[in-house]
Amino acid sequence: MKKRSLSWLRCMLMVAILWMAWGWGGSGLAQSSSPRPAKKATIQNSQASDGAKKFEENCSRCHNAPEGFSPRISGTIVRHMRVRASLSKKDSEAILKFLNP
Amino acid sequence: MTRRHFCKRYHKLMLRLCTDSVTPPPLRLVGILLLSTCILYPVRRVVAQETPLLSGGVGFFARSNGGDSTFVPVISPLLAAPLGNSLLIESRATILESFFPKGGGQSGYDHTHFSGAEFMQIDYLATSHVTIVGGLFLTPFGTYNERLSPIWIGNFQDGPIILPIGTGTGSGLGGMVRGSAISTESYSVAYAAYFSANSTNENFPATRSTGGRVQVYFPKLRLEFGASYTRSLAAVETNSSGFDVWWEPPHSELKVRSEYAHSAHAQGYWIEMDYRLSRFGGPESVIGRVEPLFRWQQFFRNSADPTDGMPATDTNRAEFGLDYRLPHEVRILTSYGRQFTPLGDSNIWRAGIVYRFLFPAWKGKS
Repeated sequence: MKKRSLSWLRCMLMVAILWMAWGWGGSGLAQSSSPRPAKKATIQNSQASDGAKKFEENCSRCHNAPEGFSPRISGTIVRHMRVRASLSKKDSEAILKFLNP
Repeated sequence: MTRRHFCKRYHKLMLRLCTDSVTPPPLRLVGILLLSTCILYPVRRVVAQETPLLSGGVGFFARSNGGDSTFVPVISPLLAAPLGNSLLIESRATILESFFPKGGGQSGYDHTHFSGAEFMQIDYLATSHVTIVGGLFLTPFGTYNERLSPIWIGNFQDGPIILPIGTGTGSGLGGMVRGSAISTESYSVAYAAYFSANSTNENFPATRSTGGRVQVYFPKLRLEFGASYTRSLAAVETNSSGFDVWWEPPHSELKVRSEYAHSAHAQGYWIEMDYRLSRFGGPESVIGRVEPLFRWQQFFRNSADPTDGMPATDTNRAEFGLDYRLPHEVRILTSYGRQFTPLGDSNIWRAGIVYRFLFPAWKGKS
């Protein structure tokens, strides 16, 4: 009886450790690299806003953005529009960032 | 440690926990449950891919011109398929059935069928500023043909009266060089130059011609100027030229588009304005989905040419439209126009509905 309760205790302990490891792993990851992601996020945000600007300046002039589409085709859409709207590579990359941040 | 490495180590630990003979059965059960959860619900990153796509529009249009009603169900599919890093195959076609009154005192309706490719081209993205196009392509003259001709984009059902000037059949069969010459924060310059051979195939009609287009765009002012030129190299060589101005005032929903074109036999211009009422409750509100439109056209016939697809006499046309953008890519188009010609004036009523679709045509990468 004592042995069984001990194994349950071990079991619970292991689950708790695993749970903590998962939690710590996640928070540790966030803590250890928190300054970098902030910077990265700023860069990504600026790229996305640049892309939004490019989208508004080029694509929205003729048509509204589609209501939603699979990320599987976002690269194809941008390549198609690069030819149709005579976009530069840089502008089309910014729009792709905007469509898939 | 990246999330991927962490997951890998976590999976290994769970696997060892499940298979190790010394692990107590309850713990083994927990391990199995956690592992199966990880397998059933893996962490997937959504990344942009270049899977072939199928897009286009399906519509039903009703037109009444001077009392004669025409009904046109239409489908316009578009396929785009990238090949490698620099190639793109793309094609758009139109398939429609036109139902119109029999005329000649007979009752009932007759119908005609039309199907044809508008473009079927292969694009090679040679450099950041140069794209080489081969195949059947939309003639780069003016703005309407390349930008507003898809049924899911154009505000009005019909193109402008002067559309055939410079574009001919609408498509060219041959080669084209195009791209963005320069693009800065203040301005951008785009260009296109083409050569087309003659084609009498009914599905790929084209006339022998050469030409090009240059446009300068000022993004801060949202102002664009463009100039187009086409030289028809048919039996009788003729020139066509055109100028266009587009303006979308910044921080406004107003769009002003205009175009002038001149050919050996005719000339004319159109000016179109649309203003989406998204100021009233946002673009998704009941009122914000409404888009009032206005288009004014003047066409002048210099000399007779029964083959150019334009009116035989001078024509003025004023059109008032009201489009409504329903959810799920459905749009209702309505318009009323008054046409003034030396032969008489007439009313033009139009109503239609268009659904735009867009989905992958192939499975993506896992």
